[in-house]
Amino acid sequence: MSQKMSALHRLSDNDLARRLAQDIPDGAYVNLGIGMPNKVAGFVPAGREVMYQTENGLLGVGPTPAPGTEDPELIDASKQLVTTIPGASFFEHSMSFAMMRGGHIDIAVLGAYQVAENGDLANWATLDEKHPPAVGGAMDLVVGVPTIYVIMRHTGRDDAVKLMERCTYPLTGLGVVSRVYTDLCVLDVAPEGFRLVELAPGNTLEAVQAVTGAKIHI
Amino acid sequence: MIDKRVATLAEAIAPVREGAVVMIGGFGTSGIPFGLIDALAKSGVGGLTIVSNNAGAGEEGISILLRNGQVARVICSYPRTPGSIWFERRYEAGEVELEVVPQGTLAERIRAAGAGLGGFFTPTGYGTRLAEGKETRQIDGRGQVLEMALHADIALIRAEEADRWGNLSFHATARNFNPVMAMAAKHTIVEARHVLEGPMDPGAVVCPGIFVGSVTEYGVRP
Repeated sequence: MSQKMSALHRLSDNDLARRLAQDIPDGAYVNLGIGMPNKVAGFVPAGREVMYQTENGLLGVGPTPAPGTEDPELIDASKQLVTTIPGASFFEHSMSFAMMRGGHIDIAVLGAYQVAENGDLANWATLDEKHPPAVGGAMDLVVGVPTIYVIMRHTGRDDAVKLMERCTYPLTGLGVVSRVYTDLCVLDVAPEGFRLVELAPGNTLEAVQAVTGAKIHI
Repeated sequence: MIDKRVATLAEAIAPVREGAVVMIGGFGTSGIPFGLIDALAKSGVGGLTIVSNNAGAGEEGISILLRNGQVARVICSYPRTPGSIWFERRYEAGEVELEVVPQGTLAERIRAAGAGLGGFFTPTGYGTRLAEGKETRQIDGRGQVLEMALHADIALIRAEEADRWGNLSFHATARNFNPVMAMAAKHTIVEARHVLEGPMDPGAVVCPGIFVGSVTEYGVRP
């Protein structure tokens, strides 16, 4: 096991976000999930105009406000203070989710607990029943947005496998994931299962396969 | 003459009855009618079902109602925000029931009630735990779940501006659930940062006054 782990070369969270950001095209309408997905906005290559949507009613989310210019009623889905960019708009909640469910958003970037080779996503609840469940907007996003990118570390706490044949945690959506970006590789969800797009620099397929719970096709 | 202005928050909240279903606007800390919630807490009315996106954080807003034991049931999408200690305490003690609803389904169930619809089919949640026990149908080749309209007795709303006809506008992302909840309740109670002397520019109205029961000025901003 230790030999297996030592052979892995993991991208930092920032490098992983930078890698995914290369695949956000000019002109895209994008929803970023809470946590690591939110980092992607900082790495989209210059010259591309991207409109970020936040579920609480803003299209055209801008960066963190400069000190002294904060507006306490201008926040994103993470409840963080944000700004607007030129071309931005505000709207109420049912319209915000019509944007998502109605297929108007191009790409959503989400975190995950588990992704299965059939594209099933689990990212809202674990098997821990002590804590109250909380779903937010994840289930609406995954059924409506045509391209769902997952960004996550390849393995979980104690090296738990997160890419698997079938999810064991409660599902967020069935067959919804298009592509997974991890600190070890990029995988497409294809008809045959996970298909390798690329390995993070320095890794071998054998080493990455060893920490993956489903076959990686090439 | 139409004049929906009410002088005090206590007066505004008086129509809330024991066991009422109360929608409360807001998302995170933005657009929450803190003044009306405080007045509801002081009224001591209990047995409430609260419909809101979150279940309060810290020692303010919905948390006060939970702390006071005024809440029997919560319908929301995300009860587990950082600092939602009073919700977690009441939930773990089995003192409050919870119905978790996907956020877009929550908004649309509220909209359906306001729009006179019985319910709707949505692909959201199909095949997941949150669709268990619900009627499903294949529509356009996709599995869809029947979700029912969600009505309320009362809606508590935070607006930026209001006029005496009950027309409302909102500031930035404080809009969120407020306009749609205003449509879905039998009686909608509004606190507005400014109550205008004259009429609002009709083109600036986001929530038409027909959906509003009363407006009270409450200038405090979070």
